[in-house]
Amino acid sequence: MRDLLSLQGLSIQTSSDKRSLTADVNISLVEGEALGIVGESGSGKTLTALSILGLLPRGVEVVSGEINFNGENLLSLEPERLREIRGKEISMVYQDPMTALNPVMTVGNQLLEVLDYHNHEVKNPESHVRESLIEVGIPDPERALKSYPHEFSGGMRQRAVIAMSLLLSPKLLIADEPTTALDVTIQRQILSLVSKQRSRRQMSMLWITHDLGVVANLVDRVAVMYAGRIVEVGTTKQIFNSPQHPYTQGLLASLPVASSRSRSRLASIPGVPPKPWLVGQSCSFADRCQFVQIRCRESLPLLDAQGSKSVACFYPIASST
Amino acid sequence: MKREKNWVNYYLQSTSGIVGAVLVLIMITLSLISAFGLAPHDPLEQNPMDALQGPNGTYWFGTDQFGRDIFSRSIDGMRRSLSVALLSVGLATLFGVTLGVVGGYLGRWIDNIVVRTSDVIFAFPAILLALAIVNSLGNSWIDTSVAIAIVYTPIFIRVARGPVLSVKEMDYIKSARVLGYSSPRILGRHIMPNVFAPIVVQVALSLSWAILTESGLSFLGLGTQPPDASLGLMVSEAQALAAFAWWSLAFPSIFITIVVIGLNLVGDGLRDALDPARRSTS
Repeated sequence: MRDLLSLQGLSIQTSSDKRSLTADVNISLVEGEALGIVGESGSGKTLTALSILGLLPRGVEVVSGEINFNGENLLSLEPERLREIRGKEISMVYQDPMTALNPVMTVGNQLLEVLDYHNHEVKNPESHVRESLIEVGIPDPERALKSYPHEFSGGMRQRAVIAMSLLLSPKLLIADEPTTALDVTIQRQILSLVSKQRSRRQMSMLWITHDLGVVANLVDRVAVMYAGRIVEVGTTKQIFNSPQHPYTQGLLASLPVASSRSRSRLASIPGVPPKPWLVGQSCSFADRCQFVQIRCRESLPLLDAQGSKSVACFYPIASST
Repeated sequence: MKREKNWVNYYLQSTSGIVGAVLVLIMITLSLISAFGLAPHDPLEQNPMDALQGPNGTYWFGTDQFGRDIFSRSIDGMRRSLSVALLSVGLATLFGVTLGVVGGYLGRWIDNIVVRTSDVIFAFPAILLALAIVNSLGNSWIDTSVAIAIVYTPIFIRVARGPVLSVKEMDYIKSARVLGYSSPRILGRHIMPNVFAPIVVQVALSLSWAILTESGLSFLGLGTQPPDASLGLMVSEAQALAAFAWWSLAFPSIFITIVVIGLNLVGDGLRDALDPARRSTS
């Protein structure tokens, strides 16, 4: 299958003082595939997602690399064409459902505007919008359409936001921690809702999160980002069963396990991630790694592909299976 | 699907809003009566024989020291005051909101110029600046309006710019961009409605301030010139008479009070009617 989206050597810097925020990020996504990008705050996962849509905040820019989507390089597109792609072919769901809908427009009008603006050929836009609300599990869509966002709960709002992002049947959905602001039961419902819609629509998905537990049952592959670089990529199974990068292993060890009866503290990784622009030519994880060797401090390990899996480590942990 | 209920319906549900609208409409009607020359007397005509009469059947609000009909002068003054207030606040809103919204949305040097310029205007006391401008422009009601507009524009810049700055960082504006909407559309349909409420309130308040500023300018001998009537000028002329001819001071003052209260009530009502979060609770 061909790649729907591929980022090649994507590096993002601040425009003023040339601080590197992400370096040499390579990600590819075939049609219908779901990829999770996992990383801490400041690891560059959100910037990477925003760069795909050409919506990097002011003062931050892509300095090298390519973003190919469906055969077009998004970085060199005309603004007109880019606007067409946004919403129609790529859409995004944000973290905080409380601010993701315009408080002075009814939910119905916001949904209709999407169809209206993109001149979507739908015979009956209103029934199309109503169906989209039913699909995301909003009861009584008739009433929901006439409601204002403040009349919705957080979970309902996120459902409405998801309905809005699916309205034009995008090929790719980018989700930036859409469940973080919700409580766990709602979180579960939203995850299964997204899962269901994705498989029904054969849609690709990029799911950004700091929580490995969230992506476990949701995505096909996982990319782990650390200090602006991808340190490990593999299928979800590979990442969870046999993590090779010490950082990935540390992340997994820090997850609470429901079945565990031990009263010991959760494992944690000592220290804090370095600023991406201060790493230089060494492994960015070296200072926190328990297996660190001299070579790790002297040169930068690159992503080394072995079949479906790659890891950026000189001394990857041997798979336990 | 039935579209959202009209904001007019919500406005009409509030008693104070209706009262405000009625008060303002009465004042506008009286101004129109004067504008079409339908006042019971000529506001400028002097009848020395009838000077300083209390309210009676012929002179409903009494007469001043020249025997001029205070009712006719009051509604003529209302016409002049309202015209100045509407024109000045209209200009200030147009320029202030445009500059504030554009500056807040685009940021960078445009914003810098807008903010610095309004800071400079803010640095002068309002009445002093208005005095200086009226002095250099002239005394017609349009000159007065322009002067007041210049003084009030920075207020509208601030009122519009602040909310734009906070709203443009909201996720729904980001997602409007993700949805591919153009900048003018984002500004017009998504940002403007969110900054509308404070602007409407500011307009209503400024209208009443503008009436008071015009009165102040007339009082100081600029703005409306005798023998023309403006509410402020009538109040200042009546000061010497108030002790023995209360009506000469009372009626123009009551007119000012009524129109200011009316405009404030309208402003409150509009704010409530235009904000979806407020109207569902009422």
